[in-house]
Amino acid sequence: MDRKTTMKAAADIRKLCIAELAAAGYGHIGGSMSICDILAVLYTDILDIDPKDPHDPDRDYVVLSKGHCGPALYATLAYKGYFDKEMLKTLNQGGTSLPSHCDRLKTPGIDISTGSLGQGLSLGSGVAMGKKLQGRGGKVFVIVGDGELQEGQNWEAVQFIAHRSLDNIVVIVDNNKRQLDDYTENICRTFDYKSKFEAFGLHAFEADGHDVCDIYDKLTAAAKSGPAAVIMNTEKGHGCSFAEIPGFNHYMVISQEMADEAIREVDRRLEASYGQID
Amino acid sequence: MGRLTDGISLDKTEMRAAYCAALIGEARKNDKIVVVDADVRHSVGTEPFYKEFPERGINCGIMEAQAIGMSAGMSETGMVPFFHAFGVFATRRVFDQIFLSCAYQDLNVKIIGADPGVTAASNGGTHMPFEDIGLMRLVPGAVIIEPADASMYPAAVGYMARNYGVHYLRTSRRKTMRIYPDGAEFVIGKANMLADGSDVCLIASGIMVYEALRAAEMLEAKGFSARVLDMHTIKPVDRDAIVAAARDCGAIVTAENHNATGGLGSAVSEVLVETLPVPLERVGVKESFGEVGTQDYLQKRFGLTAENIAAAAEKCIARKRV
Repeated sequence: MDRKTTMKAAADIRKLCIAELAAAGYGHIGGSMSICDILAVLYTDILDIDPKDPHDPDRDYVVLSKGHCGPALYATLAYKGYFDKEMLKTLNQGGTSLPSHCDRLKTPGIDISTGSLGQGLSLGSGVAMGKKLQGRGGKVFVIVGDGELQEGQNWEAVQFIAHRSLDNIVVIVDNNKRQLDDYTENICRTFDYKSKFEAFGLHAFEADGHDVCDIYDKLTAAAKSGPAAVIMNTEKGHGCSFAEIPGFNHYMVISQEMADEAIREVDRRLEASYGQID
Repeated sequence: MGRLTDGISLDKTEMRAAYCAALIGEARKNDKIVVVDADVRHSVGTEPFYKEFPERGINCGIMEAQAIGMSAGMSETGMVPFFHAFGVFATRRVFDQIFLSCAYQDLNVKIIGADPGVTAASNGGTHMPFEDIGLMRLVPGAVIIEPADASMYPAAVGYMARNYGVHYLRTSRRKTMRIYPDGAEFVIGKANMLADGSDVCLIASGIMVYEALRAAEMLEAKGFSARVLDMHTIKPVDRDAIVAAARDCGAIVTAENHNATGGLGSAVSEVLVETLPVPLERVGVKESFGEVGTQDYLQKRFGLTAENIAAAAEKCIARKRV
């Protein structure tokens, strides 16, 4: 991977996502921002996919189990050329191909529909199992939220993945430490996710979820190690100046002016971080 | 002329053995078929499948939500999973997973719910589905099949294997009364007329088909002529057969081993009020939870006997004259 290239991809995805949410006027900004760097690394440096052949059975799959953050994935798919970037402006409009929660029947590049939290990892484990049974290539990357891990079905899925030694699936935890109502610490304490996954029989890694090199290193290691989880330590709202607040940022009303300023700030920060790298 | 129930006796074969044989038959033709169990392969009788296709049998353990979500994911890659659990856990426990992980995203999952209604017998109220059909009727596009006896499995399982979508098979495990001869034909979505008559039509499914035949005999002894339909496909329900019954008989009694609300009785009622309203009585469980007992005891306890159907029919015929 090339650090600058992937950082640029992350900035572009962030800007597309902010503009997309501003076009709708509101949306799930916090959790969308926390996964932009993860998506940038996946789609730039990790995934074996072809936007021109989105149904190749040997492709890598992405399941965004925290389906309310579809806007970040749509921005990524538009960035990759699955559909025209103009389509991002239709988010949540009646008849759109981009509904708030991911829908495989509506959006090119969406592999699995999600939105009822806790179900994506089971679906992903089935894709992994189906690939195994048919000798298909490709891996399955499932992104779950830290709040979402409160749903018990996730841990059923982890038991299944561990017992079956499914080495073609990677669980990615967006550990942004917040859920809709509050900090997870105040709602239901998470304790140590790495130890939890390890106790369930998976390999587990931790990464700085906003450092593209660390994300890449840990995802690559996880993909090679057998059934694995990567805990991405992230910040809800990260990289979008108006959403980087301690108060409620699960979803926000977003004006065009707010979006324009936030997008300029994304560019300023990218330039500044380039300077640090050079 | 012989009686309707002449030649009908307890089957020599268990329902689960006939089911698994039919499934193995399909699996020999289609290598995408897989069995998914939630720790019930012994109970539901899928063990022979595991013996013949060890790589294609997946016993998840006691995790129905994972089992059905995983099935949905497998089907995205082209597999054809048949997911098995007791009826309550196959539907009620995982309703959101059926709805969103399977049907909402147009995936191809076959759901087999064992022990319908009172056939759960000594497992009692926690294991006794009286609402599974009602739930599944609310799932857009789902097909619901309840065989009356073992002879329907080749047709039912064959249909499920060959047709895409979410299908629910509601099936007893144990020996049941054998209604049909070997080789009987079934068309999914088309009711089978087991007796013709002009005073009332008895529309039944599952174990209630035999009770309906007995009820027709009781009615005949009282001078009433009853048509008997086996409505083995509850969704899509056979509208033509219902309208014809309303036209020809002018009174209809439904009989189901299920809550009288939400299932066959509701399905038939909805067709009638939209087409040709005639008096209708519903034999089924009324506002009750299941409990333990023998199947015979429970059929009496919940009013699911031939006597209940015959009484409902007489009441229904009387309403025609008002």
